Amino acid sequence: MTAITVPAVDYATQATRKARRQRLVTTVVVIVMFAISAFFLLPFAWMLTASVRTEGSLLADPATLWPTVFTLDNYSEIWRRIPFGRQLGNTVVFAGVVTVVSVTLNSMAGYALARFDFRGKNVAFLVLILTLMVPIEVTFVPLYNIISNFGWIDTYQGLIVPRMASAFGIFLMRQFFIALPKDLEDAARIDGASEIRIFLRIMWPLAKPAVLTLGMFSLLRNWNDLLWPLMVITRQDMLTLPPGLAMFKGDNLTEFGLLMAGSVVALIPMVVAFLFVQRSFIEGVATTGMK
Amino acid sequence: MRILPAAERRPSTGLSGTKAWRVTSKTRQAFTAWMFIAPAGVIIAIFVFWTLFESLKTSFTDDSGFGSANWVGLANYAQLLSDPRFLNALANTLVYAAVVVPVSIVIALGLAVLLNRPNLPFRGFFRVAVFLPFVTSLGISSMAWWAMLNPHAGIIPAWFEIFGLSLGNGIQDPSLAMLFVMIVGVWRDVGFFMVMYLGGLQSIPKELRESAQIDGAGPWKSFWSITWPLLANTTMFVGIMALVFAFQAFDQIYIMTGGGPFFRTETLVLYIFSTAVERYQLGYASAISWVLVLLVFVVSLFQVGYFSKRTVQY
Repeated sequence: MTAITVPAVDYATQATRKARRQRLVTTVVVIVMFAISAFFLLPFAWMLTASVRTEGSLLADPATLWPTVFTLDNYSEIWRRIPFGRQLGNTVVFAGVVTVVSVTLNSMAGYALARFDFRGKNVAFLVLILTLMVPIEVTFVPLYNIISNFGWIDTYQGLIVPRMASAFGIFLMRQFFIALPKDLEDAARIDGASEIRIFLRIMWPLAKPAVLTLGMFSLLRNWNDLLWPLMVITRQDMLTLPPGLAMFKGDNLTEFGLLMAGSVVALIPMVVAFLFVQRSFIEGVATTGMK
Repeated sequence: MRILPAAERRPSTGLSGTKAWRVTSKTRQAFTAWMFIAPAGVIIAIFVFWTLFESLKTSFTDDSGFGSANWVGLANYAQLLSDPRFLNALANTLVYAAVVVPVSIVIALGLAVLLNRPNLPFRGFFRVAVFLPFVTSLGISSMAWWAMLNPHAGIIPAWFEIFGLSLGNGIQDPSLAMLFVMIVGVWRDVGFFMVMYLGGLQSIPKELRESAQIDGAGPWKSFWSITWPLLANTTMFVGIMALVFAFQAFDQIYIMTGGGPFFRTETLVLYIFSTAVERYQLGYASAISWVLVLLVFVVSLFQVGYFSKRTVQY
């Protein structure tokens, strides 16, 4: 009897010791991760509280995140001080149109590169990869020249048209389409479906996760862009929000509350959009770097 | 859809049908392919290829935005060598990249390993918190960072004071400004790289680490001999992205310091912006741009070379 019970007790203590150590490690990791998350979220928290405080309370007590004097005046004042509503509208038009058009054009091109056999395909793909490596700043000067020759400075088309396709988008969609099985489209072809019909009815619906990821990327990039609108737009009422608010910072160095109220309004749509598609977007990003 | 009579139907998985389609309509297929590519192709041809070509051409001229430009050969590039502001911007760019790239990679990988623990509570929250800066506008969040570092209203100098430390002029301190823009750069991109590493970690078969554990390897040993080599592909990808991001860093520097104080944070992109947009020296700005291209290209090649020798397949 003893010969059996001794090792049994031993295994049991070993197992509980291991489980206890595991729990301890997990607790430590959770605490560390909460501290790190606090650091990452601090600017957002600060923005939010600064936007509902009065200037006086902020300057008197800068060490706290808790507003002692609560006010929503900043949120109403911001619309009067700069063409905020107009700039918000510009941002929606710019980011929205670019996202819809570029996702469509990029997936068409990516689809062709992934699923068709034709001469020049490899060359086209190679050239695409090379353009991925070039910093876009290089093209600034001639890009500005083209836009100004077209008479597109301070226009929506000047902002939108150059962004309607991107090497990154085509690359992302190609990587997705190339992994789909060939049988599907062959079956449809034999049944006499046209290429456009195959793309629209069979392949496009299957590409939904990739389309969502690319759409989110495109929305974020354009909604958040600072430099591009700064180059193409000179008039305040044609600017998008990031450069619009940046100019506001230059003019009124000390009005933190106003600046932060504008920032909160500008950030909320992207945060909400991200939280909605969070799971599939993060998965889409994760698979980009795997192989 | 047109329904074919049974006799004309071909087996959908068989090769005969596909082959026939390929042979009879090869030109038609090529035509369709180019029709699919054309809309995006035209945009990229005009706004990327043509502008690249133009910018290379402009870099050999004295284009100043007014009147006609003269061909000056390599004069712009020669001038760069004796331009202290360019050399300073080049040095700042290299320092920024040399710090931000490895630091981002190490932190991102560390966070990914922590979050990859099975059954970790609040995992979704942590992932979203770290990823959030990448989703929001760096131009806008940089204004929050700039305000948080303000000596009068900022929370960070106020917290330092509680511990008896002083940040002085904060972001306007010449010896600290670069450090602050680096921190904000890392803060923004780490979540993006962390998510890629999480993807990489999840693609490693569990059995590999389990068998190492059975062989008696501790967590440290199993990380270095299994996880790290198997992540070589992800690290290469993350490394190149981090490098491109670092060489193109603009938003937080433009907002927080504008390149100052005393050009301490002026990088190549900021110098290009001020040369072209503020001083209209288009030829000279283009030459700086091509130095940047060369820089990105050479460093990426080194990275690819280094990691492709170390890639492990499983």
